[in-house]
Amino acid sequence: MDSLVRTQAISKTYGGVRALDAVDFELAPGEIHALIGENGAGKSTLVKIITGAVRADSGSLEIAGQSITEHTPAHAKELGVAAIYQHPALFAELSVEENIALALERSTAFTRIDWTERRRIATELLARVGADISPQTEVGALTGPQRQLVEIARALGADARILILDEPTAALTHRETEKLFRVLRDLRTKGVGLIYISHRLEELREIADRVTVLRDGRLAGRHSMSEVDQPALIRLMAGRDLSQVFPKREVPIGDVVLETRTLTVRAGEIVGLAGLIGAGRTELAESIFGLAPGASIRIGGESVTLTSPRDAIARGIAYVPEDRQRNGVIPDMPVSQNISLADLASVSSNGFLDTTRERATAAALISKLEIKTPSPDAEVATLSGGNQQKVAIARWLHTKPRLLILDEPTQGIDVGAKAEVHRQMVELAADGVAILMISSELPEILGMSDRIAVMSKGRIAGILDRSAATQEKILALALGGSNS
Amino acid sequence: MRREFPAALALAALLIIVAIAAPAFFRASNLADLALNNLPALVAAAGMTLVILTGHIDISVGSQFAICSVTAGLLAKSGVPIVIVILGAALAGAALGAINGTLVARAGIPSIVVTLATMIMLRDALRWVTEGEWVRGLPASFQWMGLGQSRGGFALTIVAMIVFAALAWTLRHLTAGRQIYATGSNLEGARLVGIHTRTVIASAFMLCGALTGLAAVLNTMRFAEVQSNAGMGLEMKAIAAVVVGGAAITGGRGSMLGTLIGAALLGVAGTALAFLGVNSAWERALQGAIILAAVATSGVLRDRR
Repeated sequence: MDSLVRTQAISKTYGGVRALDAVDFELAPGEIHALIGENGAGKSTLVKIITGAVRADSGSLEIAGQSITEHTPAHAKELGVAAIYQHPALFAELSVEENIALALERSTAFTRIDWTERRRIATELLARVGADISPQTEVGALTGPQRQLVEIARALGADARILILDEPTAALTHRETEKLFRVLRDLRTKGVGLIYISHRLEELREIADRVTVLRDGRLAGRHSMSEVDQPALIRLMAGRDLSQVFPKREVPIGDVVLETRTLTVRAGEIVGLAGLIGAGRTELAESIFGLAPGASIRIGGESVTLTSPRDAIARGIAYVPEDRQRNGVIPDMPVSQNISLADLASVSSNGFLDTTRERATAAALISKLEIKTPSPDAEVATLSGGNQQKVAIARWLHTKPRLLILDEPTQGIDVGAKAEVHRQMVELAADGVAILMISSELPEILGMSDRIAVMSKGRIAGILDRSAATQEKILALALGGSNS
Repeated sequence: MRREFPAALALAALLIIVAIAAPAFFRASNLADLALNNLPALVAAAGMTLVILTGHIDISVGSQFAICSVTAGLLAKSGVPIVIVILGAALAGAALGAINGTLVARAGIPSIVVTLATMIMLRDALRWVTEGEWVRGLPASFQWMGLGQSRGGFALTIVAMIVFAALAWTLRHLTAGRQIYATGSNLEGARLVGIHTRTVIASAFMLCGALTGLAAVLNTMRFAEVQSNAGMGLEMKAIAAVVVGGAAITGGRGSMLGTLIGAALLGVAGTALAFLGVNSAWERALQGAIILAAVATSGVLRDRR
């Protein structure tokens, strides 16, 4: 029988970064095909190409036997492609039947609605996925798993033959997972092809027929599920040479600066915080920075309960958040004002700003971090991503922190800027700053950290020393496997 | 290009046209009248600038203005010194602004809804209390600060200008001003650098109320009585001045200088029509067109960045 999806040597580059590099993929009818890989391995890019959300730079794509040249989301839908993401794209204020109808009915604004027919279709589709939900319920009142079933029902109603599920069990209990699996197996017997993305390797054996492993945008392997075990999958996901060079050097480690129930960071030490997206790393960082109410930690040996970022800053904690475009800098403000913003007290007396001093300290940090900006008065929005990130870091050097938390410090910045950020981290550690670095890039974690804390499902699953850490060990802990 | 520039250019162009076509416009008496008539809206617009910079809006300033006017009138009649009248009205305004600010910043209700509600409630509460009666017979020592119309008018203008200049300076040179810009530009980002964004927002509303109170006193001093429906439509004049002056309605961008230019442009445009012999019915239409042009220009400027 013909394949439902077939890609050959498909490639996609985003602004200099190769997201997919000559990847072959194939989905057969009546198959559940697992797609796995680390964060950034290219899974979502591949899915986006199949759903028509992005266009491949080169390579060929065939869907349902048709060779595709001009692909759009509407076209993908016509061919029977449906994707169900972690956060269902339903209309919370509308009822279940209206949500289903919106996806299925073809009508103009003035067509009279056939409510009876609508309800009949909705009821039938819900029954097919085994969902015990009244079609009149407002979607906002449903639980997460129920919404997922509504989405699957909607996809079936649109005659989906290729169903893509992104981490469908991430928020499900064991029982709900079992129920979902029954629905998926039932679809499989009807000839639907399912692409199943999951980080839960242990459940793949139960549900998947084949598995495709991506690594750094390349195909790392495609196997029948019966041929591979979990450690083999982890090896396929991780197996990569550490080609990048990191400027990490040994500096004397001082006293404990940060102590939480499960984690300590000492002066001069860089602790890497690894884990999958959603493992709770950012949440941990935010609680240390006073963003989650009532977290008790010890700073410099003193027990404190931080209730606001201001508290945390007063204790010498600095936090460079992920997503700098949104939260790390104030894009509309000049570079100099961005740099002084977390520490206005030091450039003012009694609330009066000393703009001369502000510009001078900003200029000093601009040259220290080699921030490329036409002038300290240029708006941050006009700088490149790497330089924006350096502004976000400069702002916190201004406060002379004891503990610096960096959340994905080099995400989306170019190689040169990345190396400079790494060099600055080492300098800071040498000056006795304790650094906690969240990163999804294993080479960065391995290359920069003295110790590595690995998070999984909201807690720290293990802490590895620099000398003992390997990609395989980190991944095994992050995936919550039993073989660590 | 600075955001104030388009409005400044339009103002300059308008003044040149008027200078050629109707030089009588520049008579001192006319300019003084023009300034005086626009003073209340200008001072209220200064307060509105603070609120809009934080990314919010206050459409209840007209109602606040009415309450503060009546407060000022009653205080003046009771014979207390002028300083106390001014402070009293400003405090009344600050209290009303604090209500808005608390509801917006603490309870997290959108400011347009909060101030729509207080706009209606305050206006009706005042009507109920005063039963529509005007406050009449203000003492002569209060009117024009007891200086007579021409010297008093000059004094009022000076007071307004000093307040305005002080605010402009504050926004640039106090950390508080910096915190207002940061909050309006990126709320979450501001919070992450330790700025108490809720306090900043609540304070902006409170200051806006206080300035509206001051505007009410300055206005009250020009007349012998206080109308209980004073300040109708003031919110629109104030918001228009801020927007025409180049401020972003979404917050974080704008300046007191811009608001001054915006208020001047709208004020001059209205009076200039009469001097150019155009039917005054076109006044509002022209002002509306200026607002649209201002928003369109800032949209073009933004897209170009």
